[in-house]
Amino acid sequence: MTAVSDPIIRVRGLVTRFGTHTVHDGLDLDVKQGEIIGVVGGSGTGKSVLLRAIVGLLEPDAGQIEVFGQSVRSTSDAEFRALRRRWGVMFQDGALFSSLTVRQNVEAPMREQLALPDDLRETLAGIKVRMVGLPENAMAKYPSELSGGMRKRAGFARAIAMDPEIVFLDEPTAGLDPIGAAAFDILIKQLQASLGLTVFLVTHDLDSLHAICDRIAVLADQKVLAVGTMDDMMQVDHPWVHEYFHGPRARAALSSAQREGAQ
Amino acid sequence: MTEPAAMPAKTIQSSTFDGTLTLSGRLLIDTLLQLEGRGGHAAAEPFHSIDITDLSQMDTAGAWFLIDQKMRAARHNIALEIRGASQAQAQLIATVEKNMPPKDAAAAKPLSIADRFEVYGRKVVRALRMTVELTSFLGQVIATLGGIIRHPSRLRLTSVVHHCQEIGVSAVPIVALMAFLIGVVLAFQGSAQLRQFGAEVFVVDLIAISILRELGILLTAIIVAGRSGSAFTASIGSMKMREEIDAMRTLGLDPVTILVVPRVLALMLMLPALGFIADISGLVGGALMSWIDMGVSPAVFQTRLVNNTDVWHFSVGMIKAPFFALIIGIIGCYEGMKVGGDAESLGRLTSASVVLSIFMVIVMDALFSVFFAVVGV
Repeated sequence: MTAVSDPIIRVRGLVTRFGTHTVHDGLDLDVKQGEIIGVVGGSGTGKSVLLRAIVGLLEPDAGQIEVFGQSVRSTSDAEFRALRRRWGVMFQDGALFSSLTVRQNVEAPMREQLALPDDLRETLAGIKVRMVGLPENAMAKYPSELSGGMRKRAGFARAIAMDPEIVFLDEPTAGLDPIGAAAFDILIKQLQASLGLTVFLVTHDLDSLHAICDRIAVLADQKVLAVGTMDDMMQVDHPWVHEYFHGPRARAALSSAQREGAQ
Repeated sequence: MTEPAAMPAKTIQSSTFDGTLTLSGRLLIDTLLQLEGRGGHAAAEPFHSIDITDLSQMDTAGAWFLIDQKMRAARHNIALEIRGASQAQAQLIATVEKNMPPKDAAAAKPLSIADRFEVYGRKVVRALRMTVELTSFLGQVIATLGGIIRHPSRLRLTSVVHHCQEIGVSAVPIVALMAFLIGVVLAFQGSAQLRQFGAEVFVVDLIAISILRELGILLTAIIVAGRSGSAFTASIGSMKMREEIDAMRTLGLDPVTILVVPRVLALMLMLPALGFIADISGLVGGALMSWIDMGVSPAVFQTRLVNNTDVWHFSVGMIKAPFFALIIGIIGCYEGMKVGGDAESLGRLTSASVVLSIFMVIVMDALFSVFFAVVGV
């Protein structure tokens, strides 16, 4: 996937506040088409808030957010609906509708937005559920009957149900065991390649950053402090960034990533 | 694959020539239906190849369409060839092909008569099992209460007082108003009937007996079941959902002692009190309406009430109150404990708790009627 110079998501001068607490103050970020960008930052630095602002769940206090060159804030309802169809969001823990089965959850966006015949819709939902690696018998289960990892996979299936061009993933590997997390990383990478997705990944997982992210954006001090590849991150000398990418866990993740690269 | 800003027209063009289907434009989930008709036509006379060189976009649904055509052709023993796929498109087709759901997965079998019987049987068994569980929960609460009587220091007094406030004091206005209006209605309707026989004055007996013996406590119990029983289920259920109950158990705290007993105890103290308030309020309402409607002065009402109405009518009402309270409390807490991990079960069990406790209160009331008739009060 070759990256086009025009950014697919462009955030300029974003300001968000909750009461007197300023989360973002003049934040800028570009996401290129077809890349996997990892957004990291300490707790409370507004990673999820940034995600919510981009997908229009949260009204920022100032700043511009453009997705596909269209402003998210100043579009008409109809334009925004068309825009929204071109991205999918997976929330932490899946946020599946608890009254619907996995299959119905994945069908839900298609049911709302397209007039497809039932059998076609079911087949397409079945493909998506299998794509994310859920077993056949998970289709008819309710979210409460699934494990955390399966719920995340089902949430991912729902996010890609409409074949979006951008997928926003909020901590997809949090709370998974290392094997499950690694499998999820591979899944993201595979689907990104075969569906041509742009992935906006909010994560804490250093292994994910090493394994699948093309670029990393670090949020700190209410701004995007640094953007670049993993190698670039190692050179940044901001204390928090240095601690993050040179701490004991980072070294362990790095060495395991290098081992994998060597194989 | 992605266009900047403006979305191009959502169309797909296709042409058939010499057994080759040529597709151009956008083969997407939106445009697929334009082709579906042609797909059906193709079943009769399948293509030998599909040319997708000119496709600008293709998504999973598009890949599915191509694979579906391939499978249809295979049924006619034709090896359909897909030509001109870019590397990314070929990869997508391969991914989708690998994940095609098995053909028979979608068809759900209709229920046979035996299946229906089975569903019914399962429901009966579930109801029986629930009765057993409810009884065992009742036993557990009574055993814990017994333990508290022997070791009073285990009682969470603050919690009991808090729940007395929530269940009792806060409910006084609604209970009093409800009983007052019931008294008014009884007086009004009763007098209209009794006037035909010139027996207006018996309206006092009618109001007194019906309110003191049945309606005062029964309607109070129904209001409390709706107000506090549902609150018990919702609060205990949400604690269960957030694993607070499990946390208590691991800390060596008994949820029955901490959550259930104070609620049940507060309810058993407060329901008789609320019932008493309802009795007074109902009599006041009845007296007022008798006065306005038939000129039965409050003094006459009082005299007739004291002389003609046995005090047992009041006692019967009051005796029932703690039993109703126990039913409401036990069912409310039991349903709360049954809440699972999902938000839906919380809502379902809260409404089930209210329905079941009101139903059980009325059943209990009927049993008491029989009992008091047999003992003759």
